[in-house]
Amino acid sequence: MAKTRYAPDRGLTARMTLTMFLLGLVFVAFIIVLVWLLSAFGVGSGAIIFFAILLGAGLTIGSFFYSDKIALSAARAVEVGPGDGPMAAKVHGIVDRLCALADMPKPRVAIARSPMPNAFATGRNAKKAVLCVTTSLMDGRLDDRELEGVIAHEMSHVAHKDVAVMTIASFLGIIAGLLVRFAFYGQLFGGGGRSNNDNNGGGAIVLLITLAVGIVVYAVSFLLIRLLSRYRELAADRAGALLTGQPSALASALTKVSGDIARIPQKDLRQAEPLNAFYFAPALSGKAGASLANLFSTHPSLDRRLRQLSEISEQLAR
Amino acid sequence: MGFLDTLLGRTKPVPPKLDDLFAIPTAAITLQAAMGLVPTGTGSVCFRAAEGRAFSDIEKDVRELLSMGEDAAPVELTTDSYGFTWLVCHHAADDVEALVTDLHAVNSSLVDGGFGPQLLCTLVSFRDDSGKRLGLVYLYKRGTFYPFAPLDNERRDNALELQVRGAVGVDLKIEPDLSRWFAVWGAPGL
Repeated sequence: MAKTRYAPDRGLTARMTLTMFLLGLVFVAFIIVLVWLLSAFGVGSGAIIFFAILLGAGLTIGSFFYSDKIALSAARAVEVGPGDGPMAAKVHGIVDRLCALADMPKPRVAIARSPMPNAFATGRNAKKAVLCVTTSLMDGRLDDRELEGVIAHEMSHVAHKDVAVMTIASFLGIIAGLLVRFAFYGQLFGGGGRSNNDNNGGGAIVLLITLAVGIVVYAVSFLLIRLLSRYRELAADRAGALLTGQPSALASALTKVSGDIARIPQKDLRQAEPLNAFYFAPALSGKAGASLANLFSTHPSLDRRLRQLSEISEQLAR
Repeated sequence: MGFLDTLLGRTKPVPPKLDDLFAIPTAAITLQAAMGLVPTGTGSVCFRAAEGRAFSDIEKDVRELLSMGEDAAPVELTTDSYGFTWLVCHHAADDVEALVTDLHAVNSSLVDGGFGPQLLCTLVSFRDDSGKRLGLVYLYKRGTFYPFAPLDNERRDNALELQVRGAVGVDLKIEPDLSRWFAVWGAPGL
């Protein structure tokens, strides 16, 4: 049996499993508390919770099914075929080969006009996937091997179904956030007016507890989702580097792209920020050097990513 | 990829399927008889070179291995615009079997060295009297073949390709998904 040079990163797998387990745990605890609240204080606030879950589910399903269209229109990207100019032909060529190398179906390709050199992949499954690159990624500042590294990273996101995983993971945060908002407004407009009514004394407490639980759940799940997102980025870096066999090319692309993004003017950054979770390198305004900023960020620090890539490089050379 | 791999964001690099390569000589006979397409004696293996010493050592060994022997033709090594390496072997036009054996030697060396996932495709080229060109491409990851007939200006002779599919469909496992018949423009030896 031939040896394999492509050992999985068990540490990363373990950390990701733990994160997802904790996320599930928070979810279960959240449900238990909600059920307990409902049964302890009657169905008075049931409507609010029910409505929040319904709306949250709607939002999640919507973004799950329309992720490709939403992301493409937010980035003002246009889908292109292999015949639409030299830039499209080049991306299609690279994607074709990587698909054959990885034995995966070919995603659609889109190009967005943007001064930021970046790329993202979206779509809930491999068939619906769209891979989008920006025009300035293609303008020659990355050489062909680096460009291939970036595209391999995005194709790994497609292979790992990261859009689906992250959307489902975000479900909890969305519901908790909605509950907080509903409970807050319910308190302001509903609870205050009828506070001298006996039956509603309990209702106000329920709303307060819901508010508190919602805030805690929202905060914890927010941190966990960000953590999960960073692990998924590392996993995509890893898979992309192993696919091309060129971890150093991906590393140098990362260095170039991160440097360029940090130098982009403020206006474009704000426009781009909602899409951050799916980008190759995040467009962070300001310095992300502090560890607190790392805790909230969707992407691992450049250092962390470069360190992993140089480990893979050593592994391949052995 | 399994559910657990998806959940944990793991992709295992896909190992190549090698055995079907030896169906090429039979298909070559069929192609010649049915469509007048004759093998040119040139074949190539395309792979994505990995960085580092280990891979370049294996690459060097393969070249030396193929250049040995009395009737050995020179082995060319070219890199295309996508950064993929093509190892081109030349043989007598009527000796497809020797050609396939050489191509297989490249595969086995890479697989034995642990670099099987880096293999992309193998191409054996054919030509007919009127100058039509055809490449029979073997996709390592899927274990399937497809025909590639380039015309000038990066266009493909789809009619010829479909005709070839009909002709060798019995001898070879033809890739059923047409979207995976990806073009290899400027493949050496074609």
